[in-house]
Amino acid sequence: MTSQQTSARADAAGASPVPPDTVVDAQATPGRTQPYAALGLTADEYERVRAVIGRRPTDAELAIYSVMWSEHCSYKSSRRHLRQFADKAPATDVLLAGMGQNAGVVDIGQGYAVTFKIESHNHPSYVEPYQGAATGVGGIVRDILAMGARPIAVMDALRFGPADAPDTHRVLPGVVGGISFYGNCLGLPNIGGELAFDPCYLGNPLVNALCVGVLRHEDLKLAAAKGPGNQVILLGSRTGPDGIGGASVLASASFGGAGEGAKRPSVQVGDPFMEKLLVECCLELYAAGLVVGVQDLGAAGVACATTELSAGGGTGMRVSLDRVPLRDASLGPAEILMSESQERMMAIVRPADVAPFLAICAKWDVPATVIGDVTDTGRLEMTWHGALVVDIPPGSAADEGPVYDRPVRRPRSQDALISDDPDRLARPSDGAELRADLLLLLGSADGGDKSWVTEQYDCYVRGDTVLATPHDAGLLRIDEATGLGVALATDGNGRYCHLDPYAGTQLALAEAYRNVAASGARPLAVTNCLNFGSPEDPAVMWQFTEAVRGLADGCQQLRVPVTGGNVSFYNQTGSAAIRPTPVVGVLGVHDDVRRRLPSGFSVPDASILLLGETRPEFGGSLWAWLRHGHVGGGPPEVDLQAEQSLAEVLVAAGAQELLLAAHDLSDGGLGLALAEACVAGRCGCVVTLPGDAATFLFSESAARAVVLVRPSAEASFARLCAASGVPATELGRTGGEVLEVAGKFSVPLAELASVHRSALAALFG
Amino acid sequence: MTARIGVVTFPGSLDDRDARRAVRHAGAEAVELWHADASLRGVDAVILPGGFSYGDYLRCGAIARFAPVMGEIIPAAGRGLPVLGICNGFQILCEAHLLPGALTRNAARRFVNRDVRIRIENAASAWTSGYQPEQELTVVLKSGEGAYMADPATLAELEAHGQILCRYADGNPNGSVADIAGIVSEAGNVAGLMPHPEHAVETLTGPSADGLTFFTSVLQAVALA
Repeated sequence: MTSQQTSARADAAGASPVPPDTVVDAQATPGRTQPYAALGLTADEYERVRAVIGRRPTDAELAIYSVMWSEHCSYKSSRRHLRQFADKAPATDVLLAGMGQNAGVVDIGQGYAVTFKIESHNHPSYVEPYQGAATGVGGIVRDILAMGARPIAVMDALRFGPADAPDTHRVLPGVVGGISFYGNCLGLPNIGGELAFDPCYLGNPLVNALCVGVLRHEDLKLAAAKGPGNQVILLGSRTGPDGIGGASVLASASFGGAGEGAKRPSVQVGDPFMEKLLVECCLELYAAGLVVGVQDLGAAGVACATTELSAGGGTGMRVSLDRVPLRDASLGPAEILMSESQERMMAIVRPADVAPFLAICAKWDVPATVIGDVTDTGRLEMTWHGALVVDIPPGSAADEGPVYDRPVRRPRSQDALISDDPDRLARPSDGAELRADLLLLLGSADGGDKSWVTEQYDCYVRGDTVLATPHDAGLLRIDEATGLGVALATDGNGRYCHLDPYAGTQLALAEAYRNVAASGARPLAVTNCLNFGSPEDPAVMWQFTEAVRGLADGCQQLRVPVTGGNVSFYNQTGSAAIRPTPVVGVLGVHDDVRRRLPSGFSVPDASILLLGETRPEFGGSLWAWLRHGHVGGGPPEVDLQAEQSLAEVLVAAGAQELLLAAHDLSDGGLGLALAEACVAGRCGCVVTLPGDAATFLFSESAARAVVLVRPSAEASFARLCAASGVPATELGRTGGEVLEVAGKFSVPLAELASVHRSALAALFG
Repeated sequence: MTARIGVVTFPGSLDDRDARRAVRHAGAEAVELWHADASLRGVDAVILPGGFSYGDYLRCGAIARFAPVMGEIIPAAGRGLPVLGICNGFQILCEAHLLPGALTRNAARRFVNRDVRIRIENAASAWTSGYQPEQELTVVLKSGEGAYMADPATLAELEAHGQILCRYADGNPNGSVADIAGIVSEAGNVAGLMPHPEHAVETLTGPSADGLTFFTSVLQAVALA
């Protein structure tokens, strides 16, 4: 198929190579009209490019600026707001590398560090779900690899339109299949994530992929081209016409039009086998000490890697673009620069190390080519068969893009939304109604079992997965001898953020933080993927600024630094934006994974305690949404002090082995949490609710967890809770074959399990 | 003397690290074997691990079967060397004609990762002698092309010679004929398993430690040889 596409493309473009637009040409024809608008640059931005270079850009230079100054690469609408993550960062000594690097790097002790990051691949996953999601995994894995780390696990936070919508049946199986194909083939366990449904995601699914990697402190690599004379090596897949819709605009506009046949696919195609070889090859190159600096090629490909490496090194670079190995011989310099072909890395190598470097690449069958060298000129110069086609200061493309202060306006509809109090909703009153509502949540696509999805992912490979879905957090063993490990959770809630983006984002942070603590791990650092509509809509910018402020303030208070992240704007169809959906990932360190806390009740005759305070809070709740289709009022109250105390209790109780299980309470409240714990551990329980049953079962008050106490440790645990000021309420005991809410209703375990599994299995087969 | 068990790494092997760990848990020395080296480094037994060797291009195991290391393994297996192929390793053994039949796409057409129950049918092979006949184990199944297929004549022969090593005991997860999860050569030294015993050697990271006995069984076979 590839060869057919290639030949079709060659025919359409004509047999003879197109002469490139050189720097000399640009000087000779200063007034030539250029298709900057079709490439996404505004008139002002184009003028700025001309001012930076001191002449009109060549086609290749225009290609570089158009991709490097795009929203995706430059963060031009978000940058001034994201500064808060640094300005409000808590004092910490755990960060070895922070924001601005490919991924943040966190010291976890014993000489180990971990690096983790979450990134969106929303738009490609809607256009072509399978390859869009697959290459999303591939891209984030290379970000982690570029830090010098071995990738050790992935997670996915997925959001789709209604589960029964026809288009969801096109998008969801494709996305899950793509993640399964790529992640499984790479040998990375998939240890958790999220799956949520809402009509707002129907035309804008969210596919956020997280990767975590591990390294020794001394192995940290940075994206910097240091040392004039060092060689620039491109390794991995050959470059083809992938994901360069923009370049074909350039091609057809400036070269007289190649017709429809030249249109390139806007979604890249992934080859996980090449990525696996690239991972092993790079790790062997790092271990051999042959790499001075390294950068992955993702969005904006060679344009991004060359500008960032030379800007990062404070050096210059000279690159022969005609040396880039091609899959399609008809590609010109601008297209090569913009190509998003997957499975490529760029390394800076000392001249004497080039031969051993290439030998290791040959061992792994990874193509590698010297394409240039580092200079001390401060200029990025590129040639095409000897003719100069790029001559720019690299920092102007990489770091000095435009920064916008977009208008921000709180939407007028927000007041009506908040005053639409969920108190008016009819609540279940008797046992039968309570039971029906619990089963409604348990049997929904949002509240139900996710194994239709997670069974397609390998969670066992590498043999260090201690906890994975359906537990609250993924937990990985890092050191077999000491039991050191890391826990990860991602959370987001579009309904909460819709009602109050500041509080909603803090609730997402709090939930991920709580989930990590529920495994027994100490929360340490944060990554985020901020999914929003168009930044050109002041109402969306208001949501965005509130979310960023909420996350920065929340991280400051919880003393967990933001290490990096990703912004995805333009998640909207026409004028309808998605609900604001910041997804927050929290990483924690576990001192001894042998003392992990599972989420299921698997031991009978143990005491069940509810930790935290329960208030009637139904705004944005799963119950209000599923029972009444209602999203209104305020989200649950945020109390980060209470979250911190709860986490301290969970971590200490885990370390002292006082608990048999812990499960965080979030969407669906205590009712759903109890049902999940019973199903997961295959053990029933009898509980007595200490107040209004509907409130206790379905309210989503934050800073709560349900725990199963080790029978000999009840007194010690009570003392621990009292000392930390965490309210602990005895609910009942485990045992039997039913979940019974005393005086209200009971559900046999078999019915719980079958309802839990029903939704996705019925919808997707 | 500690037994030395080789674990082959092909380009795209994924569970090689896990197989080496299982060998160490069993008390043997794990020896890394490289696909491009025509050498078995004097090992006492060989494991072909799971993964996507050569990207599963062409057909699972079809390219790996021609790797230089296989040029050594195939004749050595004929001379009685214990060989265990797990998942992709099983596919390679079938492609190499060391075992009959083939592994095809799962009946549900999707990758399946699930804890499964299997029943040991032959507790006399080099890799299962530590189990009791009909003993049930919980192990991990994770594969996209795990449905074992063979023609009726081959199946009858497998049955007749006790070559069915284990069967799925609690539902058929992938459409394998006769619920077959693993088979063994007539001589009892070459075994292929679709489930992963190396992911069930410690309860911390697996559903059970039931799989460890595959790796301790072979130590006995090696000691007797």
